This record gives sequence, C-alpha cells and structure tokens, in this order.
Amino acid sequence: MIIDYDVLVLGAGLAGMRAALEAKRRGASVGVLSKVHPLRSHSGAAEGGINAALDPGDSWEIHAFDTIKGSDYLADQDAVEIMCREAPRDLIEMEHMGVVFFRGPDGKLGTRAFGGASKARTYFVADITGQALLNALYDTILKEGVKTHDEWFATALYVPDGTCRGAVAIDMLRGELHLLRAKAVILAAGGMGRVYEPSTNALICTGDGHALAYRAGAPLMDMEMVQYHPTTLKGTGFLMTEGARGEGAYLTNKDGERFMQRYAPKMMELASRDVVSRSETIELAEGRGVDGCVYLDLRHLGAELIHKKLPQIHEIALNFLGLDMVEVPIPIRPGMHYIMGGVKTDSDGATPLAGLYAAGECACVSVHGGNRLGANSLLDTLVFGRRAGAHSADYVKSVKPLESGEEFLKSEQQRIQALLDRPYKGETHARLRLELGTLMDDKVGVYRDEAGLQDALAKVRAIQARAQSVSVQDKGRIYNQALLFALELDYMIDCAEATIMSAIERKESRGAQARSDYPKRDDANWLKHILVTQTPGADPKISYQPVTITKWQPMERTY
Amino acid sequence: MHVKMVVGRYAPDRKLDGELGAPYPPPYADKPRKTYQTFEIDLHDEAMVLDGLIHIREHVDDSLVVRCSCRCAICGSCAMWVNGHAKLACTTKMKDVIENGTVRVEAPPAMMPIRDLVWDMGPFMEKMRSVKPWLEGKPVSPDEEYRVPNEAMDELVQEVSCISCGACLMDCESYAVNEKFLGPHALARAYRYANDPRDSMQQERLKEYSDPNGVWDCTHCYECVHVCPKGVAPLEQILKIRQMSVAAGYTNNAGTRHALAFAESVRDSGRLNELTLMPKSLGLFNIKAQLQSLPSAFNLLRAGKLPPIIHHKIPGVTRVKAIFKKVGGPLT
Ligand SMILES: Cc1cc2nc3c(=O)[nH]c(=O)nc-3n(C[C@H](O)[C@H](O)[C@H](O)COP(=O)(O)OP(=O)(O)OC[C@H]3O[C@@H](n4cnc5c(N)ncnc54)[C@H](O)[C@@H]3O)c2cc1C
Ligand code: SF4
Ligand code: SF4
Ligand code: FES
Repeated sequence: MIIDYDVLVLGAGLAGMRAALEAKRRGASVGVLSKVHPLRSHSGAAEGGINAALDPGDSWEIHAFDTIKGSDYLADQDAVEIMCREAPRDLIEMEHMGVVFFRGPDGKLGTRAFGGASKARTYFVADITGQALLNALYDTILKEGVKTHDEWFATALYVPDGTCRGAVAIDMLRGELHLLRAKAVILAAGGMGRVYEPSTNALICTGDGHALAYRAGAPLMDMEMVQYHPTTLKGTGFLMTEGARGEGAYLTNKDGERFMQRYAPKMMELASRDVVSRSETIELAEGRGVDGCVYLDLRHLGAELIHKKLPQIHEIALNFLGLDMVEVPIPIRPGMHYIMGGVKTDSDGATPLAGLYAAGECACVSVHGGNRLGANSLLDTLVFGRRAGAHSADYVKSVKPLESGEEFLKSEQQRIQALLDRPYKGETHARLRLELGTLMDDKVGVYRDEAGLQDALAKVRAIQARAQSVSVQDKGRIYNQALLFALELDYMIDCAEATIMSAIERKESRGAQARSDYPKRDDANWLKHILVTQTPGADPKISYQPVTITKWQPMERTY
Repeated sequence: MHVKMVVGRYAPDRKLDGELGAPYPPPYADKPRKTYQTFEIDLHDEAMVLDGLIHIREHVDDSLVVRCSCRCAICGSCAMWVNGHAKLACTTKMKDVIENGTVRVEAPPAMMPIRDLVWDMGPFMEKMRSVKPWLEGKPVSPDEEYRVPNEAMDELVQEVSCISCGACLMDCESYAVNEKFLGPHALARAYRYANDPRDSMQQERLKEYSDPNGVWDCTHCYECVHVCPKGVAPLEQILKIRQMSVAAGYTNNAGTRHALAFAESVRDSGRLNELTLMPKSLGLFNIKAQLQSLPSAFNLLRAGKLPPIIHHKIPGVTRVKAIFKKVGGPLT
C-alpha cells in the first residue's frame, strides 16, 4: 500500500511528536511512524530534567556559555544561542500542555542543580521528567488528532532523484510492507545506545535514524562524541540520574574518599560528565575501585528526600542489586549513555539531503559538540523538533506530489524476503549484537588510542561481513521480531563504523573523545567537525566543517 | 537456577507445536486458547522473568515474541500474565514466582492476543483517549507558567507515574464482565486531568466520568491497586473522582444513588435495607429498570435469599446519626 502525507515524521519520542504537532498546526498533513507505541519511546526514560534559563537570576547567555564550555568548544555557537534563547518559551509551552513540573513556594516553576551548569536551571517532575513530558505531548497529539502508525518499523528512506520523499515501513501487527510517501521526512528516531554493551539506553535504541540517513547519503557529524554517563548501575548499566548528584550525592572510591576533589575541586561531583567519567576511569585503573565500580553515596541525603525526589533510582537499585540507597552506597561505573553525533542539520533541522530533516538525538545541529550537558537533550528535542516541524511545513508548500514509488516498495519487499529466506548457518543477531557491543565498550569507550581503534574498525568490518549470513528462523508474518532484530543489527553496524572512523580521524582529546595517544586538545588543527558520508562501492568519505564561533572564544576547561 | 518456563504461545497465521491449552473459565470462556510450550533454561539467581524470555528468544527459539525495551519498569511494554496474574516481566524476579521449578507466562485472556506474549493495545489505549486525557487549559499568558501550589502538582505525580502498561486493566474484575467499562488506567488518567487546577473543564469531566461505564462501575476489587507496578493505585483515583462528582452535584446516576441509598439506610436504621437499596439505586421512578430486575428478585426469593420484608432499626441508632453529623457531607 502507498500512503501519502505532506510531512512524515519517523519516530514518536519527544522530538518526533513535537515536530509533528508543529507541522500539523501549520497546516501540513502529518503522519507519524514509530516502531513502538509513542508512550514506549525512550524519551520516557529521562529522569533528571530539562534546562532553561527562566529564572531572573539566570540568562540565556550564561546557559549558552555553560553549554559551549561543556561541549569543549565543539558546539556551533549560533545553534546554541537559538536553543538557549528559545528554551524558556518551549518549557512554558510544555507546562501549558500540562506537565506537572515541580514548583517553588511562589507557585512558579522550581529548579534543581545539574552537572556542568553554573546556575540551578533544571526543571523537573520528581525523577520522571521524560515520562511526564512524553505523556503530556502524547496527550496533546491525541487532542489535536495527529495520525500515528504505531509499531511500524522503517526499513529504508525513499530518495528518488536526490530528494527524500518518504520511507518504507513494516506494519508489525499485520506483517505488511508499506510506502509512506511524503513531501518531507523528519527523522526523529533517537539514539544508538545499544551499539554499546552495557548502555543506559533501552533495547530499541539501535541508531536506526542515523543509519537510514547515512545509507541515503546524508552526512553524519561528530559521531566520535559518545557520552559515557558517570553513574550507571553495576551489571545492568541502568542510569542513576545526575539528579542524585544534583541533590547532593557523593562519589566515593574504595577508601570512602570523595575523589572528585582531586579532579574538579570547584564543581566536585557536578563537573561535566566527560570529566567525571574520566576521573572514575582513572580511579578504577589505579586500583581504587571495587569490582570495576566506584560508589554513589546518597546516605546523607536522608530517606525522605530520596523517596520524594529520587524514587525511581531507589527502586531500580533495590530491584536489580537488592541495595537500599538509604542505607548503603551504590556501586556504579561510567557507561554509554548518549550520542552527541548524528545526522548533520542546520538550525531548522534541514539536512544537506533535500527533503530530509532530523531532530532529537539522531540529529547533530550541533548544540552538544564534544559533550552534552545533562538536561540539555530534552531541551534539544523540543526546540529543534519544533523548528524542524515548522520549517518542513513551509517547505512542503512548494513541493509537488509524487506518483512513483511502486518499484521502490517492490525492491524493499524483495530485499526483506531475501533476508527471510537466508538459510541458517549458525550466525545469530543476538551473538553479533553482543560481540559488537562489548567491542565498542572495550575499544571505543572513555579512553581510546590508534591501535585499539584500528583493531575495532577491522573487527566491525568482520562483524559486518558475518551479519550478511544472519538468518531469521521465525517464518511467521505477524510481529516477526527476529526480522526486526536482524535489520537493527545492520543499522547498529553502520553507526559503529561511523563512530570508529571519526574517532580515528580526530587526533586530539576533546570532550568525550579522550585519546591516550593525543592527550591534549588541539584547537589549531581540530577545532572543526568531522563528517562521515557513505559512498556507494567505496569506503565512507571523511570531510570537515568549521565550528561556528559567535561570542565565546575557546578557553581552557576547568571545573 | 534451573527453570521450566511454560509459555503460552499464539500465532494466528500458523499452527504451533505443543499442547493446546484448556479453555479459560468464565467470563473468558470464548477467548482464544493458546498453545503451551515448555522451555527448560538456566538463569542466574537474581534473574527476572523477562531475562528468561529473552534467553529463550536469543538462544533457543527466535520466533518467541515479547514486547520489551527498557528492562526496568519505565516503558510499560512487558505486562503479561505470570502464573495467572498481571505482572511486568522485567521487574518480576523469577525466584519470587517460581512454583515447583515452573513458571507460566502468557498474554492475559482479557486482551486479544496478537502473537505469543504480544496483545492488542488498541482497546486499552482507546479507553484512555475517550476520557479526553489532555489539558483544556484556563486562560494564561503565553509567556508565563500557571501559578499553582506544588502540592497540587505533587498530588498528580502519582498518576503521571503511570507507564500505561495495562496490567491493571488485564486483571480488573469489572472489565472482565463489561468490556465497555473505562477501566482503572483510563479513569486514573481522568482523575489526573479532572483535578488539575489548570484545567477549565472540570465540571464536564466529572459529569462524563459519572456516566455508565465510568467511575461507578468499579467494584472495588482492589486488583488494580495490587498489580500496578508504579504505585498509581487507580482505585484511589477513582474514589477521588466519585467524591468530587458527588460534591459537584452529579448525583443523578445509579452509582451515586446506590452509594447515597446505602448511606441513608445506615444513617436511619443503623443497618442496610437491601429491599429499598435496589429501587433507590435504579431510581424510584425508573419503572422500566425496576421491572427488568424482577426476574432476579424472584430467583432470590426462590433461593431463600430475599432480605426480610420488614426492616428493623438497630438499638442506639441515634449514635449512628451522631457519627454522620460529625463526619459531615451530603447526608447530615
Ligand atoms: C536513561 C536515560 C536518562 C536520560 N535523562 C535525561 C535527562 O534527564 N535530561 C535530558 O535532557 N536528557 C536525558 N536523556 C537523553 C534523552 O532522554 C534523549 O536523548 C531524548 O529523549 C531523545 O529523544 P528523541 O525524541 O530524539 O528519541 P526517542 O525518544 O528515543 O524516540 C525515538 C523514536 O523513534 C522511533 N524509531 C526508532 N527507530 C525506528 C524505526 N526504524 N522505525 C520506526 N520508528 C523508529 C522509536 O519508536 C521512538 O518513537 C536520558 C537518556 C537516557 C538513556
Ligand atoms: S478496583 Fe475497580 S478499577 Fe480496580 S480492578 Fe477492581 S473493579 Fe477494576
Ligand atoms: S495504572 Fe499502573 S498498572 Fe495501570 S497502566 Fe498505569 S502503571 Fe500500568
Ligand atoms: S521492558 Fe519496559 S516495562 Fe518492562
């Protein structure tokens, strides 16, 4: 079947729903497609909060400076300015949609402190901020009647004659393949956490959006910038929100020492994430950890505060480790959390590929540069989701409808049938996923070096070759999950390749890229973005783009 | 830990190996039967039920289908029946549910199965949509937030914690016998908006939620409170809507009349007058409904279950009246 829209939004997390809402409000016909029900999107997992300089004592300039400093000066300052200036409006708009934000005594929105920020500007709902935002946005798209295709899985973008005109997707519940034809497509498919194992990300975060754009010829930017969160739970890798440290929790080593005093004496536990993750990694390497972990100590905060403001992480630690954080410190380690890199866009979400927009974690505007500040990502999804929705709604007005697409749908059908028909040769998606994830964590994690990265690239290429013989045993049509997992594995491999290639290219240490063989930041040579573009029949191509600097000249970064 | 996982499987487009399950008891007698397959697996001692299912999917049979994503009770994907009760597979410890080395998982009979453990979310989500779960905001300047006390927001956080997993609806006793009942999840969401100080539609909402299939159709079975993995306690939210709607004067419905008749009888005689309860609940002038209930009355009579015709007051009923006075409310 072929279904037509003006704007097709691929993804129903915060970025996707915000984009859809805006495009609809501006008169476009909008369809949203999501591989899980919108409420199951990973945005719901965001615990800590969302940033905006709303308080009279704060200003968008200070927010912008914190963001740029946090990014290790790799963020594009024009885009950061837009985000920080528009943040208060977007936050208030969400409040008007019904988000039950925490209030101060005067009934106005109240804040908590977050890492890397010089002011307390993080707005929150207990430790379920993402979920509260996701619920409110979903409720609003129900109110406004935005059409969603739930549990539809995108397999490819439709790009006839160099413009993006839709996507092919499997309707999982019925097992049918459809072409969603559109005048513009907004990619909002979220992150790629599962390329690493362990990761704080949900199982659905497999970099589909990154890979779909990459395959369609759009460049991926800043892909070496993979954020490790300093506090992820031992074993499972679940996130212990930064809100915990915002409320005053300590990080301690095996001797009970608050080790951050040796690395960031001013900001202590609330230094920027890359800084804290590296400090922990050094503590571990120098033997001051226990069983590969250091501790997050909340005991002095008291039971009441923990139950009131951090119920979710309390429950998770209790459930998965049997530890009550009211009474004992919780073992944690740095773990893959967020990808700063993504499909390159301008500040309206437009990518270099005509008709293709991107927003949210799969996009790279770039406002996060080398390191994203906590609570800036939810903000990014809303501001740039809205802007992509607005711009695309205008853009489609001058785009003619299309008749073609039948052929493309057929070719996708054949590609997928061929995958289903592959004979079993012993290779499974589950094994390759695990191999890929552990490899990435091991070689492309907090610290990197040339030998390790080259080794990782060779191994990923080998995994790529082996993935060609992964077979799907499930021969059912309806809700064939094994088929999805095989397709996701291919997406993840593409993301891994782009990440490693960019990491090899950047011969300096900046933000999340810490190279033990090039330990210094090198502004003379590397104050620029690295872009990777897939080229048919050849190795992906590397190119550069200068960083936009408006007011803030690069300085040394101390916390 | 060695576990025998008995998995209820379902595939509308294929025949499955294994034993076709017995039909469910009423009220699910006409629901699709599943094929039960047993998998013997080894897991670590702290494993969750979901870990077992993922293990099977990854290492034994890749055609086993289960929705899951976050693995820690955040996304709401993995609600299913574990040993005949609604649970989230990802936070249910295997060792807590295992019985004689066995645990049984399946899609709940209250929901239409799609494939294996995946059930149709359509009706569940439609119930939520039908309570108009969105803010119809009071006028406010676009540049400023609403000014409301933090306590008013805090009061709603309990519902906002709901992850729409469906566990409550799958075990709701009222839903089991009446598919039109809005159900615990939707009504909890309804409360969240009805009691939001920023909302302008409170009156309309309260009226609507008091209609048939709304708050008064809940039978207080407490299942929803018991199974909810996020402490939403839907029944508590339902009871709050009831109070709000009675206070707002939406009493012209069977549910309120029933509650009021119940209380009136206790106030006036110290005990329940079951004979007048029914006509008062249906509405004293609702002759049609009263006639419709006659057959049940005859059945009760035949079985010797009809309450005594002459209703006696208990001694000391004045003291009961005093209690009512002290509590206050519509009956004083
Ligand atoms: C545990 C955790 C806590 C976090 N806490 C915070 C925080 O406190 N503050 C903050 O600012 N940020 C936080 N973040 C980061 C932030 O939550 C995410 O970056 C952000 O929510 C991403 O939103 P999104 O809309 O881009 O993507 P998502 O919400 O991930 O949505 C992606 C959407 O794309 C769809 N999709 C993906 N692939 C396909 C496909 N192939 N076909 C169809 N649909 C597809 C999915 O179904 C989904 O609807 C946190 C992240 C994690 C992991
Ligand atoms: S208490 Fe009411 S809403 Fe909750 S499960 Fe029972 S009947 Fe359903
Ligand atoms: S109320 Fe509880 S059980 Fe019901 S859907 Fe919400 S989280 Fe699930
Ligand atoms: S997997 Fe998300 S709730 Fe169980």
